[in-house]
Amino acid sequence: MTNVDVRPLRVLVTKIGLDGHDRGSRIVAAYLRDAGMEVIYTPPWQTISGVVKLATEEDVDIIGVSSLATDHLIVPKMMTALREAGLDHVRVVVGGIVPDEEKGALLAAGVSRIFGPGAARDEIVDFVAALGRQSRSDRIDEFSEVNS
Amino acid sequence: MTQTAIQLPLPGFEQAQGEWRSQYSRQMREEKPIRNRSGIEIQPLYSPRDWSGERYLDDLGFPGQFPFTRGIYPSMHRGRTWTQRQLIGLGTPEDYNKRVRRIIDAGATAISLLPCCSGFRGIDCDEVDPVLLGTCGTVINTTDHMDRALDGVPIGEISTAMNDPSPFTLLAFTLGVARRRGIDWRSVTGTSNQSDYISHFIANHQFYRLSLPGSRRVLLDHIEFCRRHVPNWNPVSVVGQHMQQAGATPAETMGFTLSTAIQYAEDCIARGMDVDDVLRRFTFFFDISISLFEEIAKFRAGRRIWARIARDRLGAKDPACWRFKFHGQTSGVDLTQQQPLNNIARVSIQAMAGILSGLQSLHTDAYDEAIACPSEETARVAVATQNILREEARLCDVIDPLGGSYYVERLTDQMETEIERVIAKIDAAGGMYKAAEAGLVQTMIGDSALAFQERVDSGERKIVGINCYQIDEDPTVPPADRPDADAMHRHVEHFKAFKRERSQGQVARALDALARAANSTDQNTFEKVVEAVDVGVTHGEVIGCLRRELGFGHPLIVA
Repeated sequence: MTNVDVRPLRVLVTKIGLDGHDRGSRIVAAYLRDAGMEVIYTPPWQTISGVVKLATEEDVDIIGVSSLATDHLIVPKMMTALREAGLDHVRVVVGGIVPDEEKGALLAAGVSRIFGPGAARDEIVDFVAALGRQSRSDRIDEFSEVNS
Repeated sequence: MTQTAIQLPLPGFEQAQGEWRSQYSRQMREEKPIRNRSGIEIQPLYSPRDWSGERYLDDLGFPGQFPFTRGIYPSMHRGRTWTQRQLIGLGTPEDYNKRVRRIIDAGATAISLLPCCSGFRGIDCDEVDPVLLGTCGTVINTTDHMDRALDGVPIGEISTAMNDPSPFTLLAFTLGVARRRGIDWRSVTGTSNQSDYISHFIANHQFYRLSLPGSRRVLLDHIEFCRRHVPNWNPVSVVGQHMQQAGATPAETMGFTLSTAIQYAEDCIARGMDVDDVLRRFTFFFDISISLFEEIAKFRAGRRIWARIARDRLGAKDPACWRFKFHGQTSGVDLTQQQPLNNIARVSIQAMAGILSGLQSLHTDAYDEAIACPSEETARVAVATQNILREEARLCDVIDPLGGSYYVERLTDQMETEIERVIAKIDAAGGMYKAAEAGLVQTMIGDSALAFQERVDSGERKIVGINCYQIDEDPTVPPADRPDADAMHRHVEHFKAFKRERSQGQVARALDALARAANSTDQNTFEKVVEAVDVGVTHGEVIGCLRRELGFGHPLIVA
């Protein structure tokens, strides 16, 4: 087992809850794909349990949740479900429209960052890449602990 | 196709123009071409060589005259201003009722109703995570809910636009309420605002997720039913707004929208409906971006093309069918989260573009739209913007005030060419239904969205506060309105009790009748929806039944 994981980062880009507007998630998915990441893209309206299952099966490093209406309100529930499924290494990024007074609850639940409208391409790609590397190194640590 | 660049005899023109051009070039070394959002190259100056009035009667005509380029009615806004139709919907039916009555008390003659997004999922409130319920629309699942939402609202006197795709449960509830109150359906006016299932399938996906063929069938049933029983209702609103918000250019948007209208009209004709009876009730709904002159040209060209399509291609003989009636909404995509008060300036310009284009009704976005569902305070500023443009800027004084501008007329011609190119592409794909089914339109929109974003990212397209003129700030807007959790809880409990207590036999029979109608070729499904909700069948049950019989709808996502 080498400590350097050279596989491309794998990102799940999704929308949970009730809203169907997907311009933002499609553009971000294209950005990450063009930056060399493996992007798994879902249609809108995913359930939390569906996202957890897909994240497990596809072995993703990062989940990007797009929320343009109010679906960010159930992101804390998704964070809990990810932990319960043992996916602690999976990092979560939210993009879209989250009112200031509701950002705290998402960050407290473990969301790594919230990108608002107007976030630049490089800013998103660089952040996700760094975050993915963190997720990978967490897993290597975990692996070493189990095998030590 | 419209002809341009007629060579008027203007002695000395070429010499003067040549002198200007060389002086201009000396001042403007290494100028890069400028293109509008639809890709048309914009010149620094326009002159009688770009447009002259010789084809005035063919291409423009007078307001209310074919091809309606200058407006669909003789007196346009000078006679009757546009309808102020602000989109509202939040919380319980009681929350909606409070807000809508305040709007009516303030003088509104038209209202709108946006349902909770859970409705678009095709489910009732007892199946939704309570945290999300009513956060971006009103929770209306039964005729009783609609009755409470419209308590004290004079249906029959006030025009109602509802975001209500196939199978149109909100209209069914409203007709039930009208019946309870003894109001003649013939006096019910308004629009099924989101009846355009193709645009939902392609772009924003806020539909009840009935299959594409199922939605097609039910839309035709709905049109037929309304023409017979609710003659002053507009059963069709062809929606360009979703596609432009999703990234289509203004020219693509107009082309897709007109192709969709052609599809629906041809479907009605194939069903045996009278084209003159149906087309008079077609309405359109568009996004208005901040690209001021491009939007004005888009709408003027759209009016002209529709008039020709309705008369020559679809064969409508009644001039009422040639009129391109449209509602406009200022574009939310153009608004920024950064420096949110700047959005008031953006919305003013967008609204101005719509008004100068001669729209029939207008929704102006609130300045916090890029941050949250608008609060009542920010929505007030949006309404005031319309009032200021009408009363203080006096935009209604002259009909089609930009008509005859060399630039606007030339651009209108060029947009017309672009739009017709898009329509030809859709025709070649077998019409809008097939083009959507095959993913062609989705791909074109996705490409345009990405190309636009790349121009923003590279700095080629400037957006104040995003890629230029940034400031360090803490954008503060009024906090988002969220429905009262206790009231929503009571609403859901009340709904559950209602479902337990209604006549289960009647419900089962009504759903059975709906299923049988769906499987027949001669029965009207919408008629059965109207009958079903009358005996307490819920929104979710109607959708569930039709999905079983006509198929579940999942949009084709092309990444």
